[in-house]
Amino acid sequence: MNMKLLDEIRPDSKEMRAYYSEEIVRLIDAGKPVMALDADLMRAVGLLPYRKDRADRIIDCGIAEANMMGVAAGLSAEGFVPFAHSFAAFASRRAFDQVYMSGGYAGLNVKVVGSDPGVGSALNGGTHQANEDIALMRVIPNMTVVEPSDPAMLVNVIPQIADTYGMFYLRLFRLRAKKIYAPGSAFTIGRAVTLREGADAAIIACGLEVAEAVRAAEILAERNIRVRVLDMFTIKPIDREAVLAAARDTGAIVTAENHNVIGGLGDAVAEVVCGECPVPMGRIGIQDVFGEVGPTPALMRRFGLTAEDIAETVERTMAKKKE
Amino acid sequence: MMLTKDEARNLKRFAADIRIQCMEQFKAVGVGHVGGSMSVCDLMACLYGKLMRIDPAEPRMERRDRIVVSKGHAGPAMYAALALKGFFEVEELKTLNRLGTRLPSHTDRRRTPGVDMTTGSLGQGFSSGLGIAYACKLKGIDNYTYIILGDGELGEGQVWECALFAAAKGLSRVMVFVDANGYQLDGATDEVLPLGDVRRKFEEFGWEALDVKDGNDVEAICGAVEMAKQDTARPKLLVLHTVKGLGCPAAFAAGLPTNHNMPVSAEAADRAIALLLQEKEAIL
Repeated sequence: MNMKLLDEIRPDSKEMRAYYSEEIVRLIDAGKPVMALDADLMRAVGLLPYRKDRADRIIDCGIAEANMMGVAAGLSAEGFVPFAHSFAAFASRRAFDQVYMSGGYAGLNVKVVGSDPGVGSALNGGTHQANEDIALMRVIPNMTVVEPSDPAMLVNVIPQIADTYGMFYLRLFRLRAKKIYAPGSAFTIGRAVTLREGADAAIIACGLEVAEAVRAAEILAERNIRVRVLDMFTIKPIDREAVLAAARDTGAIVTAENHNVIGGLGDAVAEVVCGECPVPMGRIGIQDVFGEVGPTPALMRRFGLTAEDIAETVERTMAKKKE
Repeated sequence: MMLTKDEARNLKRFAADIRIQCMEQFKAVGVGHVGGSMSVCDLMACLYGKLMRIDPAEPRMERRDRIVVSKGHAGPAMYAALALKGFFEVEELKTLNRLGTRLPSHTDRRRTPGVDMTTGSLGQGFSSGLGIAYACKLKGIDNYTYIILGDGELGEGQVWECALFAAAKGLSRVMVFVDANGYQLDGATDEVLPLGDVRRKFEEFGWEALDVKDGNDVEAICGAVEMAKQDTARPKLLVLHTVKGLGCPAAFAAGLPTNHNMPVSAEAADRAIALLLQEKEAIL
């Protein structure tokens, strides 16, 4: 892992979907057997302008997610590496059995891409809000679940996903993310990134919540609380060593995810902690309720996903250490 | 593809052997998907005895024709054909559905030599078959992808997504067989979800579609395949009107709707096998 942190986390001017589609097209043009499949959301994910010149490799399957996942499975059986995209709600909920059986059970090589997860659904509203996609994908044996937190990470991880045989779920925030890492940074799937060091507690976050976790650490630092912050961008297989080190070194863990607290990152961390090094845990995430409509920042406040929420939960969790 | 007299006789005998080996599998495990396996045996005989470019010594040969049994519960009919063609020993058929077998109830690409795709959840093999056909086209392989559906399976919405997709993408080297045996687990297909005229529906979707009135007649099947292949632009679909459970008298004892998955006693299997042997000997 050759990763460099930016001095300051700041909003990007370029959307994540632009990085995604450019990288997919780069792989196709480089002669990789990569293909892009979509269910009438090429415009939304930025691939549409590239289709004309690559009509064989960029397939619009129409509003038919089940068939798209099955076609992807068949393509991969013949050696192609299909990235099949829809909004996270449809890529996971709608086509789950196809991803499970035609892809996972069949031992194939489909890269499922779910965009606008959790509060990223924003003005599309609760129907489109996938708060359970990590949970669904995590229970498929051999499925790797990845949620990059920033563009440098996304761009570095996509070729790794393409080159690694097996089923992947790429949870993709589609719009402008915050830049955390220097361009050109390299990451290892399955290895957490340590963003801040501290011994009082650890925040383990993924996706949108990573930038919030870093800001929470800054808020806590002003209160003389030093927390370790991990970017757990690979939710499955989880970095057990990093989780256990965080538990042992700090004695209190708070997880932060843009997902239902059931079945997601928090559970994945708890599964490691409970068995091997029990410590108090706090969970930032959507508290088992359905999604709602609204701008993403408003939804983050509504569901308690902000840095302030994380900082408060860290203090409460630390208090349990003393009990 | 007009069959010579010899070819027709050999395919009929091959079909009888496939049925016999289906019954041997059910006998060994005592239960099975009798109805929908026995109804496709003549199609299996045509595919493995005449139509498909395959090599038992090289099951993954790149130039081979592909086959996806989307009605995965007809696995025993496929396994019988594969074993008789030499993909594995006929003796192995008796391991059907035993723990650790290479022959699970529904077809599985990871376990069985000659199986190209994993199926079982209905409708899905149609899509994966289309993906395989699309890939073969991209790779420039001059082959066909054969996909076998059940008529009850047409209730799955995914089937109709496939009907749109294959036509839209011009997958002319796809040939789908609908094993229209008229029954699904709960009863007659016309009573559960009436399908109407399947051939016409697929024509409307942009397919070359044909009815085969006797879908258990090897000459009729091969003739229809030849006719369908004349069309070089559209995906092809043949509706094979078949008899569910054909060749197993016990399948008819309690009425057709109960033979989808049924217990098979050794006596019932032996009786079916004896009759099939007699029929086979009578084929001229």
